[in-house]
Amino acid sequence: MTAEPLPEHPDFLWRTPEPRSSYDVVIVGAGGHGLATAYYLAKNHGITNVAVLEKGWLAGGNMARNTTIIRSNYLLDESAGIYEHALKLWERLPEELDYDFLFSQRGVLNLAHTLQDVREGVRRANANRLNGVDAEWLEPDEVAKVCPILNVSPHTRYPVLGGTFQPRAGIAKHDHVAWALARRADEMGVDLIQGCEVTGFLKDGDRVVGVETNLGRIHAGRVGLAAAGHSSVLAERAGVRLPVQSHPLQALVSELHEPVHPTVVMSNHVHVYVSQAHKGELVMGAGVDTYNGYGQRGSFHVIEHQMAAAVELFPVFARAHVLRTWGGIVDVTPDASPIIGATPVENLYVNCGWGTGGFKATPAAGWTLAHTIATGEPHPLNAPFALERFTTGALIDEHGAAAVAH
Amino acid sequence: MLLIACPWCGPRDETEYHYGGQAHVPYPEKPAELDDRQWAEYVFYRDNPKGPFAERWMHAHGCRRWFNALRDTATYEVLATYRLDEPRPDPAAPAAGGER
Repeated sequence: MTAEPLPEHPDFLWRTPEPRSSYDVVIVGAGGHGLATAYYLAKNHGITNVAVLEKGWLAGGNMARNTTIIRSNYLLDESAGIYEHALKLWERLPEELDYDFLFSQRGVLNLAHTLQDVREGVRRANANRLNGVDAEWLEPDEVAKVCPILNVSPHTRYPVLGGTFQPRAGIAKHDHVAWALARRADEMGVDLIQGCEVTGFLKDGDRVVGVETNLGRIHAGRVGLAAAGHSSVLAERAGVRLPVQSHPLQALVSELHEPVHPTVVMSNHVHVYVSQAHKGELVMGAGVDTYNGYGQRGSFHVIEHQMAAAVELFPVFARAHVLRTWGGIVDVTPDASPIIGATPVENLYVNCGWGTGGFKATPAAGWTLAHTIATGEPHPLNAPFALERFTTGALIDEHGAAAVAH
Repeated sequence: MLLIACPWCGPRDETEYHYGGQAHVPYPEKPAELDDRQWAEYVFYRDNPKGPFAERWMHAHGCRRWFNALRDTATYEVLATYRLDEPRPDPAAPAAGGER
C-alpha cells in the first residue's frame, strides 16, 4: 500500500499587488474564512473591488494549524444549518474551484465511553437526521468494522460503548483549500495583500470608512474582520468589545506511516481526535489550554493526556513517533458558537468566535459573511449568530452538544 | 508548562491549578438597576488582552485556595501572584506582588 500522492498545484496562484487607496470592501485576515468571504463576495454578489489584508502570509495562521476535520454533526438547529451548508459547499468546491484539494469523505466517528456519552450520542444522531444531516449510531462491533485498528475491548479504562458516525464527514488538504480560494478570488479581481497589518480604523462618527495599516491608509466602503484568535485585539482598535477569549489549541503529527487509519476518530471523553493525512502522518488534536494566551504553543501536559488516550484507543500507535507539534490561537465565545454579523460600528462586520472548529465551516463562514457585507443584512443561516444574542440571551449553547469539548 | 507561585504553597506546576479567568470583576453593586446590556457585560464580556492580564487561579491539588496572578498572555511569563485581598500589582514593579 502507498499513500495518495498530493496533487500538483499550478505555477501561478495569485498576484502580489500594491494596495490601492480605496476599495468597496476590505477584509482583514487572509485565512480560509477571509479568502472564502472574498471569493463569495465576487462570485455571489459581483463585488470584486475587494482587498484581503493579511499581517503575516496568506493562510499562515490557524488555516495552517488545524487538524483539517470537516463534519456537520452538531446538535442544535442553528449549528446544523450552517455546518451542513458548509459541508454541501465542500462537496462541490473542488470542481467549482478546479482544484483538487483532496477533500476525502472518509467519515467521522465520535466515540462514547460512558452511559451519558451514549445518551448524548444517540440524541445527537437523531437530531442530525431530523436536520437532514447524515448520522447513525453504531454499537461497538460496528465501530470496529468502520475502524478496525480501534481497541473496542471492554477491558480498557474507558471502554468504547458505541459511537456516532457521519459518513459524509472527512478531511481536506488545508493549504490547498486556501490556495484554491485565493487563486479564484484573485482571478476575479480581488487584491490579496500580505505583510499588511491593520493598526487602526478610519471612522466618521460611528461609521467605519477605512483602515490604517503599516502600508498606509486604505479607504473602504465596508470592512469585514476575519482574524480568528486576534479578533478581540483587532476589534478593540475599532472601539468594539467582543465576548471572546483567546486560548492556545495545539495539534501534532507523527512521522509517515502506511495507510492504517481509514476514518476520523474523535473522543470527547478521553479527549483525543485522530485521522491519517494523505501523505501518511497521524494527525492528532485535543483540547485548548484553559488559560488565555497568544503564544501559539500549548502545554505539554495536554499532549501527554491526548497521547495516553490515543495509545489506549489505538494500541497500534504505541511505537509511533511524534514528528512535530504546533499551536494556534482560537477565539472562544461563552456559548461555543461563532459570531457572524454586524457590530455596533456601522459598516464594520465581524466573523469570529469559531473556537476550536473554524476550518470545517470555511465555505459557510465566507458565504454568510459575504452576504451580510454585500446586503447589510444577515443571511438566514447566520442571523442566529449575531453579537446581540449575548444581550438578548438567545444563546446557541453548543458546549457539550457539539460532539467535541471546547 | 507554567510554573506558578501559589501565595501560600510556593511555586508549583501548572497542572496543580485550576484556571478561573479574569480577576477583579466585581458583582454589580445594584443588580436590580442593570439593563440587559449591562448584565451581558457582567456575565459574558471579559478582557482579552495580548500582554499583562490579571486573572484568577485556584491551587486545586494543594491548599485549594483562590488567588490572583498577573500573567503576560503573549510571553506566558507570570509577573506576580497575590492574594485576593491585595490590589493588582504594578507590572513595572512585580516584586511587590510576591515571589517571581
